[in-house]
Amino acid sequence: MLLIRCPYCEEERPELEFRNAGEAHIARSANMAGESDDDFEKFFFIRSNPKGIIYERWRHMHGCARFFNAVRDTVTDKFVMTYKAGEPKPSKLPKNSNEVVAK
Amino acid sequence: MIGAFRIPGAGRFKQAKTARFSFDGQSYAGIEGDTLASALLANGVHLVGRSFKYHRPRGILSAGAEEPNALVEIKRDAARKTPNVRATVQELYDGLDAQSQNRWPSLSFDVSAVNDFASPLFSAGFYYKTFMWPKAAWKSLYEPKIRAAAGLGVSPDQPDPDHYSSRYAHCEVLVLGGGAAGIAAALAAAETGVRVILADEQAEFGGSLRFESGAKIEGQDGFAWAQGAVAKLAAMGNVRVLSRTTAFGYYAQNFVGLVERVSDHLKAPGHDLARERLWQVRAKRVVLASGAIERHMVFADNDRPGIMLAGAARTYLNHYGVAVGKNVGVYTANDSAYAAAIDLKKAGVDVAAIVDLRDNPTGPVIDEARALGIEVNFGRAVIRAGGKLRVSSMTVQPKNGDGERTIPVDAILMSAGWTPSVHLFSQSRGKVAFNDETKRFVPGTYAQDCVSVGACNGTDGLSATVDEAYAAGAKAAKDAGAKTAKGTKPKVDASESWSRGMLGAAPGAGPDTTVKAFVDFQNDVTAKDIRQAVHEGMRSIEHVKRFTTNGMATDQGKTSNMHGLAIAAETLGKPIPEVGLTTFRAPYTPVTFGAIVSHARGPLFDPTRKTAIHPWAEAQGAVFEDVGQWKRAWYFPKAGEDMHAAVDRECVAVRKTAGLFDASTLGKIEVVGPDAAKFMELLYTNPWEKLEPGRCRYGIMLREDGFIYDDGVVGRLAPDRFHVTTTTGGAPRVMNHMEDYLQTEFPHLNVWLTSITEQWAVIAVQGPSARKIIEPLVEGIDMSDEGLPHMSVREGNICGVPTRLFRMSFTGERGFEVNVPADYGQAVWEALWAEGQKHGAAAYGTEAMHVLRAEKGYIIVGQDTDGTVTPNDAGLDWAVGKKKTDFVGIRGLTRPDLVAKGRKQLVGLKTKDPKVVLEEGAQIVENPKQAIPMKMIGHVTSSYWSENCGRSIALALVAGGRDRMGDTLYVPMPHGVIEVEVTGMVFFDETGGRLNG
Repeated sequence: MLLIRCPYCEEERPELEFRNAGEAHIARSANMAGESDDDFEKFFFIRSNPKGIIYERWRHMHGCARFFNAVRDTVTDKFVMTYKAGEPKPSKLPKNSNEVVAK
Repeated sequence: MIGAFRIPGAGRFKQAKTARFSFDGQSYAGIEGDTLASALLANGVHLVGRSFKYHRPRGILSAGAEEPNALVEIKRDAARKTPNVRATVQELYDGLDAQSQNRWPSLSFDVSAVNDFASPLFSAGFYYKTFMWPKAAWKSLYEPKIRAAAGLGVSPDQPDPDHYSSRYAHCEVLVLGGGAAGIAAALAAAETGVRVILADEQAEFGGSLRFESGAKIEGQDGFAWAQGAVAKLAAMGNVRVLSRTTAFGYYAQNFVGLVERVSDHLKAPGHDLARERLWQVRAKRVVLASGAIERHMVFADNDRPGIMLAGAARTYLNHYGVAVGKNVGVYTANDSAYAAAIDLKKAGVDVAAIVDLRDNPTGPVIDEARALGIEVNFGRAVIRAGGKLRVSSMTVQPKNGDGERTIPVDAILMSAGWTPSVHLFSQSRGKVAFNDETKRFVPGTYAQDCVSVGACNGTDGLSATVDEAYAAGAKAAKDAGAKTAKGTKPKVDASESWSRGMLGAAPGAGPDTTVKAFVDFQNDVTAKDIRQAVHEGMRSIEHVKRFTTNGMATDQGKTSNMHGLAIAAETLGKPIPEVGLTTFRAPYTPVTFGAIVSHARGPLFDPTRKTAIHPWAEAQGAVFEDVGQWKRAWYFPKAGEDMHAAVDRECVAVRKTAGLFDASTLGKIEVVGPDAAKFMELLYTNPWEKLEPGRCRYGIMLREDGFIYDDGVVGRLAPDRFHVTTTTGGAPRVMNHMEDYLQTEFPHLNVWLTSITEQWAVIAVQGPSARKIIEPLVEGIDMSDEGLPHMSVREGNICGVPTRLFRMSFTGERGFEVNVPADYGQAVWEALWAEGQKHGAAAYGTEAMHVLRAEKGYIIVGQDTDGTVTPNDAGLDWAVGKKKTDFVGIRGLTRPDLVAKGRKQLVGLKTKDPKVVLEEGAQIVENPKQAIPMKMIGHVTSSYWSENCGRSIALALVAGGRDRMGDTLYVPMPHGVIEVEVTGMVFFDETGGRLNG
């Protein structure tokens, strides 16, 4: 069972308290009704499936109930970092993921 | 002496009590402290089972958890029958009842042993090759016959009466394995004061010290030191010592699953004691001290009872005081078997000969064996074993193939070397590395905060092991935050040391002979099978494993994997590391479902939700149905009524006078805040800004793809306050959906969402007399049609408690839904019921509710829709705000496929014969005479007998359905084709006049 750090509670909590909510940083268009078929396809259907770093959304379902973003390595299953919803995609990732998770 | 093979003065149970036990109905005596295996051996019993595929007689191979052969059924009573128990692990208790498995009619005469002669049929991959055709034979012949013949134990046929417990634990240092290494590491860590858990799978700590008679620590016999050290640890407040506890799985971030066998070793555990306890431990650091497992030699007929691992024979002698034979032979490729020969010889057992595959080994144990007068042969192989139900001889031949010599023996002790137990390390996602010199896979790259020490790390010798483990334990504690260390390392005075050995088949096991030289005993895989797999094209070791089933039995190849790998590598002509190791997976040893499930069974499997009115419904004799976690009153049968009669009566009563219905399970969410209306505009298809406070609207929620996600009536209580209802099953996901958009897409909106499902009990009062029933109890609400028109909501009091009174209808009748605080739910229900009785009202359940709504063509999301249905498909286009510029799903609705012609649309169906009720889910076709497979154009989503309509009614999704009004379609069923007419969805009161009736 993974330990996940909730950026709102500022605490590591067991995976059971969380629920995955799909890929992060896929913004809903402000002009949704005017989106082309291609853009809608990208927005709604197309998801990356990387081997390695993935940016995804989680919800602290059985805690503060907030949605937040996380960077996870799909190979090691390790969380590299977590950050609040609405914050930009981090441009640099910390090197030692364990340290970040522990902080 | 208890048992003819118990040696006076040997073993550790000097004052032991006798324990009687039975095996296959025969009574024997053992002693307390024995395992079932040691007790059987003490009585000279080696034959304990029949093998999986060939039904070959099998004996006891090992003295530990790796045992592949000695699997028995332990029976306490009719319900407590545990199959496939390893006799080497099961502790003896007085009265223990064990049965052998996989034999008929008896262990010594097994009819299915013909499989042994028919073995060409059962060679590697036989499942894939033999039973291909004819197809029909799978069901009638192959499946049942193979199922009956294969497999070892028999599953119990009664519910498990035992209970199991479960605990979470946290510690700084978790030490797995309680041999010399584990104890030393635990001592070092514990002395710093941090929390330490030390676990070992055996009843007693000590690991290999059980048999290593040469080990001396702190001036004591190694095993005695271990007992003292563990007693000291157990007395420390910061240490938890768990014996009989197997670490079976190593999961992410140092989360380790352990199972403790609490009472399987007790004569009469009593029901207050759990059978097993699951420990879920989160550790800052883990020390792996899991030891090593001895490998057998792969030679012809190496599975005869009496042939066992040399280390096991030593354990039986030095720990249990049992000689495994009177005249034993030894076959080895490393030094450690010499120690077994020496110990047995000193105990008075004849050692016929040591056969060593190595050419000219030297060392003190070899000298000692010679000095004791044991015949030692180098450069020779045992090419076959004699005997059937018990080994009777070993045939020896020089490796160069000169003349054979057959030596009579009653046991063969073998050792091909020791395999480090890297199972848990590998489960932690660590990568193993192959040491070519010692022919071992040892921990290489670590993935988690753990460290391997001792034999599982490839460390040889007790001194080096204790040094390494003590340092690692201290470091683990320090890394986990320990400040001080004030212990002293245990001093090793004398130790045994060996390594090396061989992997793969020994001479005489092929390559081209038809002999059975077993690699995997439990799955009956021979050296030949593995070679054959390679010859048939398997290249990856994972494919070889699956094709041959090598290492796939319940022992997971603890003794066989390395041999199998070496034979595959040799056949492929590749070095071992290039062929690679198969993945180690949890569980390390089998774990019962009971331990995993623990308390989460029966009523505790999932929470049961009951409404405030549940006790009343129960007292009325309601029949309940499960809707998600909820118990809902399904119907209220009166004396002599079946379901059909009860539902008909309830349906008629609602339309004739009135009915009361418990609608409390409906999901309810309060949407509050200055931007509440804006939020509602975005989450629902309907317009909300202009809805006046006090009015209600039927809302549809979509996903972005344009498909219906949920629906419900929404009341606007105030400009900034909406009372939203959802489907019963949809409540949690609708709340999640709303929160998601509010938090991440529309965070600028000033809105709060609160789940109020359990705050309000909801009593639906529906029917022509509904107002008359409610009116006398209500205060502060104008109940007239002008004061409270259809689709409106008022706040006031009922029976003196606050209410949100909705005028709404899911039946098509004049209807109200009375929301009251849940604590008053039953009291208000009872008051309404008393009023209702004056008018002949009935209580109705969910079945009548379904029928009544279907009579009106009201859909149920999830029944009449399936996640591919748009509002238009469902005939609900009117609920989509045409002037709106945005809502979730607005773009999805204009996707090409969603506006294409010929989509499935919801319509009504009337069977030509009004008495015939369609089956929900039944498929609909245009032409029933077409060839199979027919073209299906839709399916029935809802279907009922409607007593109010005097006929059956149904809703269906049909391609282009609204253009087919009046058409005849067909529903082919097993007993004939049903003719149906396509109609509108409203079957009763098409004008809707009864809403105000």
